[in-house]
Amino acid sequence: MSSALVLAMVVPGLALFYGGLVRTKNALGTIMQSFVITGLVSVIWILFGYSLAFGPDKGGFIGGLEWAGLRGVGVEPHPTYGPTVPHQAFMVFQLMFAAITPALITGAFAERKRFSALVLFAGLWAILIYCPLAHWIWGGGWLAKRGALDFAGGAVVHISSGLSALACALVIGKRRGYGTDYMAPHNLPLTLLGTGLLWFGWFGFNGGSALGANGIAVRAFVATHMAASVAALVWMLVEWLHRGRPTVLGVASGAVAGLATVTPAAGYIGALPAMAVGVIAGIACYVAIVWKGRLGYDDSLDVFGIHGVGGFFGILAAGLFASKAVNPAGADGLFFGNPAQFGVQILTALSAAAFCFIGTYVILMVVNRLTRLRVSHEEEEMGLDLTQHNERAYS
Amino acid sequence: MKLIEAIIKPFKLDEVKDALHEIGIQGMTVTEVKGFGRQKGHKETYRGTEYTIEFVPKVRIELAVTDGQVSRVIETIVRAAKTGSIGDGKIFVRDLSEAIRIRTGETGESAL
Repeated sequence: MSSALVLAMVVPGLALFYGGLVRTKNALGTIMQSFVITGLVSVIWILFGYSLAFGPDKGGFIGGLEWAGLRGVGVEPHPTYGPTVPHQAFMVFQLMFAAITPALITGAFAERKRFSALVLFAGLWAILIYCPLAHWIWGGGWLAKRGALDFAGGAVVHISSGLSALACALVIGKRRGYGTDYMAPHNLPLTLLGTGLLWFGWFGFNGGSALGANGIAVRAFVATHMAASVAALVWMLVEWLHRGRPTVLGVASGAVAGLATVTPAAGYIGALPAMAVGVIAGIACYVAIVWKGRLGYDDSLDVFGIHGVGGFFGILAAGLFASKAVNPAGADGLFFGNPAQFGVQILTALSAAAFCFIGTYVILMVVNRLTRLRVSHEEEEMGLDLTQHNERAYS
Repeated sequence: MKLIEAIIKPFKLDEVKDALHEIGIQGMTVTEVKGFGRQKGHKETYRGTEYTIEFVPKVRIELAVTDGQVSRVIETIVRAAKTGSIGDGKIFVRDLSEAIRIRTGETGESAL
């Protein structure tokens, strides 16, 4: 319950993180997306989303509707989902994951998506992508049966949001003036505040995924913090060497990359492997972001570069560094004499990536039939704040 | 009468103002402006994306003076605003055909 509370902090954290990265004219519109998705997904989750993700297994692919409207989901603990916590506590904890994941995607199409299209997309995505994927890995689905390790959402949250973001960026196209106009973040202090809140909230994600105030929670807490710290430093160092200056946004980006990357492994690895994960995160995500510039697609706030790439390496890292000595409920990874686990992790990462990319692409095509995805040229010039919401952030 | 327009580095504004004050100049108008000359701009980097900012911030001082004051005012501004490095700015001098003090209606040099 307290983990769900801490985790709730990632919503304003993400809103401020993204809000600061866009231009002045889109600040409110961007913040709005995170908040409205939280509300929308919460409703879906209670009505039937939780049941689809965690309800009784149907062929390894999806949960049944037996728990729709929280039927049978009371305060008595569920034997699989946290035997020590009330079932509804687990449900509301999982709700936060379901809400933050589509909110992460909004960074890919920042500054140019119509609000109505966003609401429709987020709802469909939560139902058609998030719920099945969560079921596969956490709800007793086919990947769970193969022993996939994803402690707190490397595949369910980060590969899914990252690959979906890539599909969004490709389908919706670049912002007007991308590559020529000045599109620097309008308020980096806001972004840094958001980073701090995300870092804090992440302890809810990763610590809370132990489903109890126990040793695993502490290990996950330590691993999370170490990966974020090291990744922030490594990103700073790499950028310093590459571009000649250590940037503030670089440190913030590195921290988030470290958090995303360690997520799937947090409860299965020790503090030193977590620092190795931080090194991988800082380097891999930096390289991904520099490459983006060469490939030319406009994933505006680097959801793929940070969450997609970080989540991918994190899932693999879990297959390398996981150890039963750390968490007896987990598995041993490649470095602890179990190469098969690494194979399962590769399968998990690839199937999550393919499912999310293709599924998101199809959803976008459908939404585009029902309502235009993108604001008009003129609206884009004026900004989302005034054209979508009749408000402005700074008057 | 002349209108002197000086474009200087923003951090030199106080020094220039004090120096002009010392030689008896009583008023001036200051505007924050942007522009570039030989200094060109600077670079900003956000997550690997580089932007070249061509227009750099400057301060423009305008002051109306009598013909007799012109050379002293120019000397003073040059002395106070100079750092010796590129981007110190420029001074332009124009003829001024009339000046009017709104409160009293005085015109010409007595309005300065």
